[in-house]
Amino acid sequence: MTTTASVTATGLVKAFGESRAVDGIDLEVRQGEIFGVLGPNGAGKTTTLRMLATLLPIDAGNAFVFGVDVAREPHRVRQLVGVTGQYASVDEDLTAAENLWLFGRLQGLRSADARATGHRLLEQFGLEDAARKPISQFSGGMRRRLDLAASLITRPPLIFLDEPTTGLDPRTRGQMWDTIRGLVADGCTIMLTTQYLDEADQLADRIAVIDRGRKVAEGTPDELKTSVGTSTLQLQLGEGADHDLARQVVWRVIGREPVVTPESGRLNVPLDAADEAGDVLIGLRQAGVTISSVSVAKPTLDEVFLALTGHGATEVDESHDTESNERLVEVR
Amino acid sequence: MSTMTAEPAQRTQVRIPAVDPATAVARARPRTSVAETLSQTFSMAWRALKKMRRNPEQFFDVTIQPLLFTAMFAYIFGGAISGNVRSYLPLMIPGIVGQTVLTTCMATGVQLREDMDKGVFDRFKSLPIARIAPLAGPMIADLVRYLIAASLTFVMGVAIGYRPAGGALGVLGAIVLAIVTGWAIAWIFTFIGTIARNARSVQGFSMMILFPLTFLSNAFVPVSTLPGPLAAFVKVNPVSHLVSATRDLANHAVISGEVGWTLLACAIVIAIFAPLSVYSYKRHM
Repeated sequence: MTTTASVTATGLVKAFGESRAVDGIDLEVRQGEIFGVLGPNGAGKTTTLRMLATLLPIDAGNAFVFGVDVAREPHRVRQLVGVTGQYASVDEDLTAAENLWLFGRLQGLRSADARATGHRLLEQFGLEDAARKPISQFSGGMRRRLDLAASLITRPPLIFLDEPTTGLDPRTRGQMWDTIRGLVADGCTIMLTTQYLDEADQLADRIAVIDRGRKVAEGTPDELKTSVGTSTLQLQLGEGADHDLARQVVWRVIGREPVVTPESGRLNVPLDAADEAGDVLIGLRQAGVTISSVSVAKPTLDEVFLALTGHGATEVDESHDTESNERLVEVR
Repeated sequence: MSTMTAEPAQRTQVRIPAVDPATAVARARPRTSVAETLSQTFSMAWRALKKMRRNPEQFFDVTIQPLLFTAMFAYIFGGAISGNVRSYLPLMIPGIVGQTVLTTCMATGVQLREDMDKGVFDRFKSLPIARIAPLAGPMIADLVRYLIAASLTFVMGVAIGYRPAGGALGVLGAIVLAIVTGWAIAWIFTFIGTIARNARSVQGFSMMILFPLTFLSNAFVPVSTLPGPLAAFVKVNPVSHLVSATRDLANHAVISGEVGWTLLACAIVIAIFAPLSVYSYKRHM
């Protein structure tokens, strides 16, 4: 068995005019794993995926899929990958069966084989009853399953999934996760993008966190969560409380840097264990820092982002204080 | 083939063997063959025909326009140009055929552009298929539209008194020539479709090409009535050659040198605009 990685990318760059949507990303996706690319809207996840899938020219850097150069041999790469996403979808003027037949024919299957493969996939994805329905009558979940089925006709060894469950209800989402795990069990490698920490947590073997076109962290879900803490102590400081003093106290008591939002007087402290909350509170009381409210929460994607980048997941386009922006968490 | 495939082999015993990257890489070919390209183009044509059948409003332009324009032009210009409607028809009907086919070409470009903005075109781009197939496929399906447009023009002409002296064979030849020319000229509009920002700008841009091409030709008036410089352009305009060739076929059952000039012009248009379209499709989309 070869040890070639499924995807190797070095220094990937994509610029749209002045702005760099992807600004020097390195990735390595190993064979047979689910690799999650986590980040907020506009972070450059989709652009990265589109470059790797030959849908966008690569401006700088290079990328290989199973050792095949994406920029030099796009036609060969296209025979190795399946793409499913917000973009690569199906034809709404054709039925589900017709779509799969067409994609099969385009990829060199004989008419009868294309029909049989389409039929098998529709059955596998629980869509056989909808085979002749217009796509416009499909539910979100059915539509997503059909999109995925269309990527699997030639059984490519690498599948790119762009936000596979965005907008799906929890039950359908769980079904999609099972389907994705099934593909890996069959020997596929999956690279998926997501905005949901729990999705990356549930599915991915390894995660890269992307923010503003750069990779800010990479690791297994456990490593990533440990870097953020298992839970977060959220403090609202009292009127006129000394933020710097509070920060020093936290550092002295548990040896971690809290995330401070001076304008609103908020202090978020990542914790390894919930008991540490008590130590922090006692420390602050002794130092004379007043507190107006306290809560302990599990880290959300927003927390992960706050900890990794100094800004929240949903507010990429706003300006931020530069000091906290420079914090970059390294995870191995 | 050790650890990774052992488990799925049990799981999918009755179904399919596990996916193997090494084999897939070894099998991946660097480019499509001519036979594959043709087969892919016909698959794309099949798709376009299905869409046409499901959206019959796409046929409005190729049905209404020949009927309306034939009647309108005949009764408006007939008396002024040829003394009466009836003697104008042999001059005008081939002109309308040329004009209608050209307008239909424009629709090819506009619809391609609309289609390209849909998600399924990203799917086509992600597949290992010849880049020309998604462009040429719909154009082949559009042959049906050229056929309808050209035939209806003759039918309408006959209905208002046109008696083509070239007979059925001459008219048939004229229709075939119109279809071939339509397919060739459509590459210009396909190219515009690949460079324009959206479907509406394809339409606007195409109009600017379409009007001079049709009206600065011998389609509706005899060249002898035009001033010198204009007549010079009209004589080299490929549309003039198409219209003259159509007149010779439909009115005299003669395959004249004009047919040769028309086909040469078609070949030149394809040779320039087909590669340009594919190049631009690869670059911009």
